[in-house]
Amino acid sequence: MKSRLLLTFVLASFASLPACKKSAGTAGGTVELQNVSYDPTREFYADVNAAFAKKWAADGKGEIKITQSHGGSGKQARAVVDGQPADVVTLALAGDIDVIAQKGQLLPADWQSKLADNSSPYTSTIVFVVRKGNPKGLKDWGDLTNSGIGVITPNPKTSGGARWNYLAAWAWAEKHYGGDQKQVLDYIKALFKNVPVLDAGARGSTTTFAQRKIGDVLISWENEAYLIEKEFPGETEIVYPSLSILAEPPVAVVEKNTEKNGTTAAARAYLEFLYTDEAQELAGKHFYRPRNAAILAKYSAKLTPIPLVTVDKDFGGWAKAQTTHFDDGGTFDQAYGTK
Amino acid sequence: MANRSVTTESALVRWLLIGLAIVILTLFLLLPLAAVFIEAFRRGSEVFIKALTEDAALSAIKLTLLAAGISVPLNTAFGLAAAWLITKFRFKGRSFLLSLIDLPFAVSPVIAGLVFVLLFGARGWFGPWLKANDIQIIFALPGIILATVFVTFPFVARELIPLMESQGSDQEEAAVTLGARGWQVFRHVTLPNIKWGLLYGILLCNARAMGEFGAVSVVSGHIRGKTNTLPLHVEVLYNEYQFSAAFACAALLALLALLTLGLKSLVEHLSGHSAKGH
Repeated sequence: MKSRLLLTFVLASFASLPACKKSAGTAGGTVELQNVSYDPTREFYADVNAAFAKKWAADGKGEIKITQSHGGSGKQARAVVDGQPADVVTLALAGDIDVIAQKGQLLPADWQSKLADNSSPYTSTIVFVVRKGNPKGLKDWGDLTNSGIGVITPNPKTSGGARWNYLAAWAWAEKHYGGDQKQVLDYIKALFKNVPVLDAGARGSTTTFAQRKIGDVLISWENEAYLIEKEFPGETEIVYPSLSILAEPPVAVVEKNTEKNGTTAAARAYLEFLYTDEAQELAGKHFYRPRNAAILAKYSAKLTPIPLVTVDKDFGGWAKAQTTHFDDGGTFDQAYGTK
Repeated sequence: MANRSVTTESALVRWLLIGLAIVILTLFLLLPLAAVFIEAFRRGSEVFIKALTEDAALSAIKLTLLAAGISVPLNTAFGLAAAWLITKFRFKGRSFLLSLIDLPFAVSPVIAGLVFVLLFGARGWFGPWLKANDIQIIFALPGIILATVFVTFPFVARELIPLMESQGSDQEEAAVTLGARGWQVFRHVTLPNIKWGLLYGILLCNARAMGEFGAVSVVSGHIRGKTNTLPLHVEVLYNEYQFSAAFACAALLALLALLTLGLKSLVEHLSGHSAKGH
């Protein structure tokens, strides 16, 4: 009796394996897309997916189901390279999708020219979140290295947001110290000396700061900062520094995967939908900066215009920024590794 | 008075030790457990029930049960075979096999997950072949099952080996002398002797299979409603500020653990009885 039961179990387990051979793709008329994204986009894409599915059905194309995966941007890129069957990637920075193109060979090297605005349908920037009333009086990047200040930021090795944070701090220091590289590095060193918890992703840092109440300032995505205000009303304040960085979180179709899944057209339509007025409104609603100028203007009361450097102009593009700062032996290793 | 046993301490020491034990138990076991349930019901039972019945939660529960339902029988069969082999026979490499069985206990679950990525990932050893044949292992159900099987590998074997070792093989030898064949010996002699230990091992194996986080986290793609097991779902919910829902799912996991412990006590109780009945 028992042995027969055992055999049934074993057989059932093997029978179920071929069923998951195709985890993405078409199943009974329903198109399925897998969107591998970074941390703070959870709420935004939940809304976008619902809106897109509605439009897809209204256009008479049937049912479309979009599944989401969220995590630190670098970690997510790594997973796609290792075989996560993503149809589209919507990550925190171009460098991470470059990794998928180079190491995974899953999309062409010129992926970023496939869609408008550097394939970034929305932008964002890096701001400070402080405790209500700003008790430590933190106004600008220079204040973050004061002694006794707890700075919360994720790990630039795994988190895309953290790399934007890092470059924004670097850009400020470079301007402040008139380009003296040693002083800039010393500033970064002092900054990371004030970091008590280095989470793997932006959302981890947010919960460390907002939920677990660790640290005095969170260096954060602008959209994440407003989300904290919504989730923890009356507990935090947003501080715009004198200088920050234009963050362009890009999106791309993972062509090798969609070709296999037969979802290329749907995936492309999904990403193009991000540029429509409807999705741009959703971006503004979730505190991303819409590319559409008219819609951006509607949200400018909150999304304050401040001076922004760009990766392309001030850091020579992501490939260069990545090797200079974040690869093994880069400035981050110099600042954080050798204490 | 002077004849007091040397093992009895003074009243003060006794109360201090008992008090310390109670404080530690409360702080490290009872309080966290209570916190899980209090947090789960903070926003009322409606939120609690909704958190457990929404699609993503149901699929996480299903996936967790499926992973446990496959890995536990597999490891039961394996554990029985291994324990039988190791305790009833003497052969070269026996102690090596013993250490090998313990390997999953010694290795960090994260490493276990990464090893599977290294083997079956797109750029792993078997990646190109798997890709050519359109087989998805990592970031899909097979990967989750593999990881679960790996981390729960030793439980049944480890439970059975000392038990069977102490029982020796006299009864089996007697059965063989009386003309019983291998399968008959196993079913009518060995199995009845070890059934309580086996059940105990299965329960522990099941508890770990349902609760595993680290290894599964590495090989799961964290797709909502698809490759999130219950422990992973708890983390996702927590990261989405849905604290009550996260703790509702955590409470369910805790309940499963408590149920396992209850069953375990029952097994101990029953096996105690059957031992007396001998």
